[in-house]
Amino acid sequence: MEAYLDNSATTRCTQRVRDAVVQVMMEDYGNPSSKHMKGVEAERYLKDARETVARTLKVNEKEIYFTSGATESNNWALIGAARANRRAGMHLITTAVEHPAVLMPMQYLEEQGFRVTYLPVDSKGHISLQDLEQALCEDTILVSMMYVNNEVGTVEPIEEAARIVKKYNPDILFHTDAVQAYGKMRIYPKRAGIDMLSVSAHKIHGPKGIGFLYVNEKVKIHPLILGGGQQKGMRSGTDNVPGAAGLAQAAREAYERLEESREHLLDLKKRMTDGLEQMDSVAVLSEKGDSSAPHIVSASFPGVRSEVLLHALEDRGIYVSAGSACSSNKKLPVSAVLKELHLSPELLDSTLRFSFSRYTTAEEIDYCLQALRELLPVLRRYARH
Amino acid sequence: MFKTLLIKYGEIAIKGKNRHLFEDALVRQIVHALKPVEGDFYVHKSQGRIYVDCQSAYDFEETVEALQCVFGIVGICPVMKVEDRGLEELGNDAIEFLQNVYDIHDQSFKVVTRRARKSYPIESMEVNCELGGRILEAFPEMSVNVHNPQITLHVEIREMIYIYSKIIPGPGGMPVGTNGKAMLLLSGGIDSPVAGYMICKRGVKLDATYFHAPPYTSERAKQKVVDLAKQVAKYSGPIDLHIVNFTDIQLYIYDKCPHDELTIIMRRYMMKIAEHFAKESGSLALITGESIGQVASQTMQSLAATNEVCTIPVFRPLIGFDKQEIVDVAEKIGTYETSILPYEDCCTIFVAKHPVTKPNLNAIKRSEQKLNEKIEELVTEAIRTTETVRIG
Repeated sequence: MEAYLDNSATTRCTQRVRDAVVQVMMEDYGNPSSKHMKGVEAERYLKDARETVARTLKVNEKEIYFTSGATESNNWALIGAARANRRAGMHLITTAVEHPAVLMPMQYLEEQGFRVTYLPVDSKGHISLQDLEQALCEDTILVSMMYVNNEVGTVEPIEEAARIVKKYNPDILFHTDAVQAYGKMRIYPKRAGIDMLSVSAHKIHGPKGIGFLYVNEKVKIHPLILGGGQQKGMRSGTDNVPGAAGLAQAAREAYERLEESREHLLDLKKRMTDGLEQMDSVAVLSEKGDSSAPHIVSASFPGVRSEVLLHALEDRGIYVSAGSACSSNKKLPVSAVLKELHLSPELLDSTLRFSFSRYTTAEEIDYCLQALRELLPVLRRYARH
Repeated sequence: MFKTLLIKYGEIAIKGKNRHLFEDALVRQIVHALKPVEGDFYVHKSQGRIYVDCQSAYDFEETVEALQCVFGIVGICPVMKVEDRGLEELGNDAIEFLQNVYDIHDQSFKVVTRRARKSYPIESMEVNCELGGRILEAFPEMSVNVHNPQITLHVEIREMIYIYSKIIPGPGGMPVGTNGKAMLLLSGGIDSPVAGYMICKRGVKLDATYFHAPPYTSERAKQKVVDLAKQVAKYSGPIDLHIVNFTDIQLYIYDKCPHDELTIIMRRYMMKIAEHFAKESGSLALITGESIGQVASQTMQSLAATNEVCTIPVFRPLIGFDKQEIVDVAEKIGTYETSILPYEDCCTIFVAKHPVTKPNLNAIKRSEQKLNEKIEELVTEAIRTTETVRIG
């Protein structure tokens, strides 16, 4: 039996996504920039994809820009908006638990003279709204906050945060990295006060190499990639039409039966956390129930190094992520996120992340739990002293 | 512009009656090394020289890089090959050569003629003078310096005449395959690939044994070792890599023996298993990357304790090397970058905080008594389940 429980790393494409991508690659392969029929045909796919995605967010299709994925979307949102608004101020706010695709551009902007405040989180990974309020100042131009934490599944109070920011100064831009949230919950940026939102297709059963950035039409932003002037000159480069078609199909499927999938994911999560809690000395780090993401369960197994447990599970066809690269191996960095959660070194070293998709079954969860029950006593006996 | 490369080899030349064996091996290795290089090459020996004739368009740099991996080659000389059409024409050829090879012509030079074809009517000294004069006429800025010239123009008179001035250094050593075969204990570290390289430099063909310990070591750690073997195989030719699953043996030792002796006992079993594969495939020695005192398991006492289980010689070419010296070679042969990838290998996972540094052989043997019940069976099983892959 095989159990792929690493869906926050990436997901398998659905059959219909595959068909959409293949159709464009093999039949409707024109370049939307071409003047002839083949180009017009391809452009139609792009327009359709934009409309589909826009509809899931209830935004205007003109506000959707395709990118190579969420890393590019985040880079563009932060650097592009900071550059365009630097005359208004030089201060940015983000959280200490962001994905490197946000943290690294922030570091880059610091080198460029911007000042960045990193909001700390509590033991479950929540930022505090008071901290946010206190961090805002006259010089603030942009706040970036992840929607769902990729390592433990914590849902940040995005709407409240955006409200606070906009109340303080409506001109401050609010960006969210929604990679782990899109397709799992309904997000309406216009109502929530979100100005920019990053998404990647391969986390929702779409292809790799495509994603998008929603940019509210009022946002002032500079392009990062210059060239042939595609996408209104905001993101040059030959349009990734097969990717866009795949992304649109994946988005359509994700939102078609969102509530149903969500129920299913929550059942899986409960099954997983209940099972884990019945085992000896296992600490579930993720919040239970629907207060955190329905598809992520992070847990620590003190006495076993996460990497060893990961490979032992792999041996049985179970694929998961190590929440943290072993801190005793000095060559590898410790997960910044888990460190922010103030875990003891022992928990830090032994954290695994199990992440589900709507195609994950209860049998897979049981299979994984059974494997853990068998493996843990053996592996704990041979711990390093 | 060069259609021919003259291959200089050193030590082989003194090998007396076996000389042709060494030359043939060198030709074989050169042919093998040039296989992946684009172009048609004809490698042949004649009159104590090996030539690579490039019979189609080829990439000079890539070709030289490939040849620089062939042990036995001391120098690679890009030569201009001309027919003997008299001394007058030879002068023109020498001038054309300098014209093509050098952008400026104000260096000091000398001509060194070697008259291998004794029937050639003019003596070497005379050829030197004649060509020197012609060159000075053609390039008035150049000057003759017989003691320390910037350019030494070699002219070798054989059936054909060969003109060259540059000698690109080769790796030296002896052609692989002329000195038997040995079994390398290959880990993912910096040292063992270098040890393999040093031994195969002396003409020894290599096989390798790697011990992995899933789930304690990962698939990536294994891939890393395969990558290292590939890099070493650029020099050694094809390597049979034996991948031994060592987990059960390791856990059994962990269960039964004092933890501060784990590494030594574990290494003794590694040597035993490597020796098994060595004997099976006709390897005459084991090779390890050990260097005295580098870690606890490489003190004199530890080396003696691990060595004791072997019945064939164990070669440790790095024994007197400092770490930095090993790193220098690793960088030169292109294994360093791969070696420092941070995956755990099976030697580090159960390492005790304070392992014995001066193991007492009798004590170790007493500890091993505790393994009697199952160890033979586990070793047999490890050997039976070993996966062998051909690298390179």
